[in-house]
Amino acid sequence: MKLSDLLRETYSAISMNKVRSGLTILGIVIGIGSVVAMISIGQGAQGEIEANIESIGSNLIMIMPGMQAGVGTQVRSGWGAAQTLTQEDAEAILENISLVAAVSPEISKRYQVTAKGTNTNTSVIGVTSSYPAVKNRELEIGSFISDQQLKNLSKVAVLGPTTRDDLFGEGVYPLGQKIRINKVDFIVIGVVKSKGGTGFGSQDDMIFIPLSTAQRFLSGDKYVTTINAQIKDQNLMTLAQQQITFLLLERHNIFDPQMADFSILNQSDIVEAASSVTNTFTILLAAIAGISLIVGGIGIMNMMLTTVTERTREIGLRKSVGAKNKDISSQFLTEAIILTFIGGVIGVILGWLISFVMTKFFDITTVISVFSILLAFSVSAAIGIIFGYYPAHRASLLNPIEALRYE
Amino acid sequence: MIELLNITKIYKTVSVETKALKNVSFNVKDGEFIAIMGPSGSGKSTLMHILGCLDVPTSGKYLLDGRDVSQLFDDELAEVRKNKIGFVFQSFNLLPRATVIRNVVLPLVYSNVPKIEREKRAKEALFNAGLEESHFNHLSNQLSGGQMQRVAIARALVNNPFLILADEPTGNLDSKTGEIVLEAFQKLNFKQKRTVIIITHEFYVAEHARRIIHIRDGSIIKDEINHHQRIIKL
Repeated sequence: MKLSDLLRETYSAISMNKVRSGLTILGIVIGIGSVVAMISIGQGAQGEIEANIESIGSNLIMIMPGMQAGVGTQVRSGWGAAQTLTQEDAEAILENISLVAAVSPEISKRYQVTAKGTNTNTSVIGVTSSYPAVKNRELEIGSFISDQQLKNLSKVAVLGPTTRDDLFGEGVYPLGQKIRINKVDFIVIGVVKSKGGTGFGSQDDMIFIPLSTAQRFLSGDKYVTTINAQIKDQNLMTLAQQQITFLLLERHNIFDPQMADFSILNQSDIVEAASSVTNTFTILLAAIAGISLIVGGIGIMNMMLTTVTERTREIGLRKSVGAKNKDISSQFLTEAIILTFIGGVIGVILGWLISFVMTKFFDITTVISVFSILLAFSVSAAIGIIFGYYPAHRASLLNPIEALRYE
Repeated sequence: MIELLNITKIYKTVSVETKALKNVSFNVKDGEFIAIMGPSGSGKSTLMHILGCLDVPTSGKYLLDGRDVSQLFDDELAEVRKNKIGFVFQSFNLLPRATVIRNVVLPLVYSNVPKIEREKRAKEALFNAGLEESHFNHLSNQLSGGQMQRVAIARALVNNPFLILADEPTGNLDSKTGEIVLEAFQKLNFKQKRTVIIITHEFYVAEHARRIIHIRDGSIIKDEINHHQRIIKL
């Protein structure tokens, strides 16, 4: 039997009972559609989280004060709670470790900030002039904190776009305005560009001031809460992390690495950890959607078994005019595969629509990948074969004499 | 030439053993028109199944066109049916909601005959079976019983078989339409010299054949030339 004949037979069989074929296809459509939609949501979330992490800078190593969790140590003090790192540590890292391209020490704390009657509670971050390069920030208007202002302990501030809106309202020119942080007046000299971003707290709601000013007027000590080190080569992150660890241990006179008074966070570790979480999330979503796909497959099998019983005489006739067992089984198998294939195509479109609606109306990032579409197609074809095989096999084994007598 | 030699068919269930055919032997020459007659339970249906290669005998030899087909497997039997035998059934067994043409080309689909060739042969067969051309594109369930049976005859003819085997072909028809169908068989036999075997329990139907084989309780009781063959001229 030729393939074209097989397809013609299949077409007429499927169109013979449109309602039943339609409902069976619907089962597959829902299954494939939800798998595609769920994978797109999962991958969207993964992409967004990774982009968030990337947006804080590239090739970053973050050093924070506090104990590293060691063997037998269950207690771990929070990052930033301890005061062990200084600006000199940061400078030493830049000087001694050739893999480090730039460092940006910072000190951050939340303060109540006021300006002309309005006020807001936001993070105030003391930074050096290297901050924009290391943390990948750009200015919208004005200028960033300069080395000169750092040296002079200038009372100048650069605002995040959200903070600017909170303090002055939208559309007000902020440069030159005065704001008051912890009873100290600062003059606004710039506004950074929005980074958007959700997840790890908004990066748009913050105020930057010179590190030296923050130490002198706000914290009153010489400690910093984070040192960001940018590494020259992404492949040498681990080596750089080791070198920084040894340098700081030496500087802090600590001999046992277990007792280190700082912890080091590697950006690629964060990405990896986040990816593994979202991967699990995606697999979970897809698995739940997969259950409906199996139900759809059972629907196919149910329909094919009914069809075989209904068309017993037809099978008998086909055998009497010379159809072999293989001809009969391939006819019914093709029917099952075509049903699931149609369901697969519509399902992919449905899944695409669902994720489009999710993005458009619910602001959920989704990614439709070629992988998920290929997966959907191969799964639907496999379901057609698996659930269509048994009915087709049963049909092919019918005895032509009994099949012709069947009422 | 068809030769049956000591054909025996035994059906076994768990407790009972039924001998449906006992040592049946006869020959059929090419171009004969035979009626196999017997009451129900006589074994004529079993004989038809064996003649039509739908089943194989328990013992004995069946030579069809010189080839022993009594020991073949399912798919080999299907191959023989495809090339050598055309069936006409009591209840027509047409594909419902399919056109006349599509019904007739069905055996050719399994022989991989090209599409254009198929349609040509189907029309020829329908013409020989006596169906008007205006019905060729009708759906099979829109036809009358007589027309349906002529479509079935055309389907039996289309693969140019060695033997046409009809199982109670007039059983579902009134006597007038029955005559139309019997006339079609006679024409095929007279004009095209086709070998036709009709299985029936009605003497009136058997009378239209040139030779009548009477069968009862699994054995042939009489095998005679019908000197009073009823010829239909419509």
